[in-house]
Amino acid sequence: MKDILTAASSPHILHPDTTRGIMSDVVIALAPAAVYGCILFGWQAAAVLAVCIITAVASEFLWNLALKKPQSVGDISAVVTGLLLGMNLPASIPLWQAAIGSVAAIIVVKQMFGGIGCNFANPAIAARIILLVSFPGSMTKFTEPVSDIVTSATPLAAESGTYTLKSLFFGMHPGSIGETSAFLLIVGGIYLLLRRVISPVIPLCFIGTVAVLSLISGEDLAVSLFGGGLMIGAIFMATDYTTSPTTALGKAVFGIGCGIITFVIRKFGALPEGVSYSILLMNILVPYINRYTLSKPFGFIKPSKEETANG
Amino acid sequence: MNKNLGYFTNGLIKENPTLRLVLGTCPTLAVTTAAINGIGMGISATIVLVCSNLAISLLRNIIPDKVRIPAFITIIAGFVSVVQMLVKAFLPSIDKALGIYLPLIVVNCIILARAEMFASKNPVLPSVLDGLGMGIGFTAVLTLMGAIRELFGAGTLFSLPVTSEFISPMIIFLLPPGGFFVFGMLVAASNAIAKRSGKKPVEHLGCASCPSRGICESANITEKEEAAENE
Repeated sequence: MKDILTAASSPHILHPDTTRGIMSDVVIALAPAAVYGCILFGWQAAAVLAVCIITAVASEFLWNLALKKPQSVGDISAVVTGLLLGMNLPASIPLWQAAIGSVAAIIVVKQMFGGIGCNFANPAIAARIILLVSFPGSMTKFTEPVSDIVTSATPLAAESGTYTLKSLFFGMHPGSIGETSAFLLIVGGIYLLLRRVISPVIPLCFIGTVAVLSLISGEDLAVSLFGGGLMIGAIFMATDYTTSPTTALGKAVFGIGCGIITFVIRKFGALPEGVSYSILLMNILVPYINRYTLSKPFGFIKPSKEETANG
Repeated sequence: MNKNLGYFTNGLIKENPTLRLVLGTCPTLAVTTAAINGIGMGISATIVLVCSNLAISLLRNIIPDKVRIPAFITIIAGFVSVVQMLVKAFLPSIDKALGIYLPLIVVNCIILARAEMFASKNPVLPSVLDGLGMGIGFTAVLTLMGAIRELFGAGTLFSLPVTSEFISPMIIFLLPPGGFFVFGMLVAASNAIAKRSGKKPVEHLGCASCPSRGICESANITEKEEAAENE
């Protein structure tokens, strides 16, 4: 009886989704590609992933402890950031560099701007770019799968025709730990779609734009789609809630923008890969995209010109 | 004498031009890729600052108010040319490292700000001491920033290897993002120290502190509005 009569302030209807639940879903969706990366690139890949996750969680824990903030490690977002960052690194990277990346992602990009929900850019993307700019040597040294042969070329930089469609789609080619298997990443993406964790607009617009532009310019379509970081970027990193627009129209603009920038960097830039830069650049534009793609409130009547002039 | 000492120490910490007044940001970010560049830039600017403060303080009653900014700039430009020629002749390596930023001391807002805010209103000795204090404060911050960026970005300190032999340096510290990052960290640190010692952190200084408020229309408008409100 007492329970019924207690008057609590709104909201009265709670949705069962929690940050922890959503982040767990993302980890589950990433797991197949991460495990496959470890099989492909051996114990080094597993070590990089472990170091990234442990450092990310430890950074978040220690930051909250040092600044006497409520402990937010339990929401698993640091695990996702660490895992995503690790999957975006080559397996041969020295472990201390991977650790610096995780610290930069959590402390500099996420916590200094106010923690989860307040960061201006995807922490894993920004940390990857910090590492790429800081240690260009170790960030572009990829190993051939299931061997220790060092190569510097992912399929994007290799001569066309080096890799078959099948090896590209299932991930038998050099690359970052978690980006190679388009198949497993798409499976993870479908899981997230079914769980309603992400909306399909950003990945479809992103991948579609790259596909259309590659077709028009005569690039090898399979290499463009499956040879680089497009799948992991479009499905898992561009769809980050904090750093992507809120409305469907805004999401479309965001995805198409990412696609165009990726294509332009790949085709005309000095770098072979542009997915991370494109997402970072569009992350910065998100507040403006949100402002110009506000959804109309239900029953909204556009004020006539006279009223606007008088008002 | 104590008051004169106050003019000198003012620029070192309490009103440090880079960290507390946030002036001269452009050369601060651009040249501090190595500690030695920071020292070179800092000393060049200090010499110009002291000389221009001296000259402007001497001429403060002669320069008409309406054309004072061009007059200040002309005086500053004269001293910058002298310094530039001296550096070119005797320290060619510093000249090469500083590049365009050496002649650009002309438009360094620390120098113009001190001319406008201090030297044009104060006698000669305080003006010179103010210039010296501000200049040394500027040099100290530039050297510190240069040292941090050089240590992390190249693994050296004053071109001597420190960590470069066993750790690959983070090149990002030598690039613009690293510069902004180190600058932000230093401002944050100085704010934290100021807060601990009970001083206010850096805030928006408003039109009153702007060196060009005399010729700026919007500044005059806000001043007039404030005056009207006060009435």
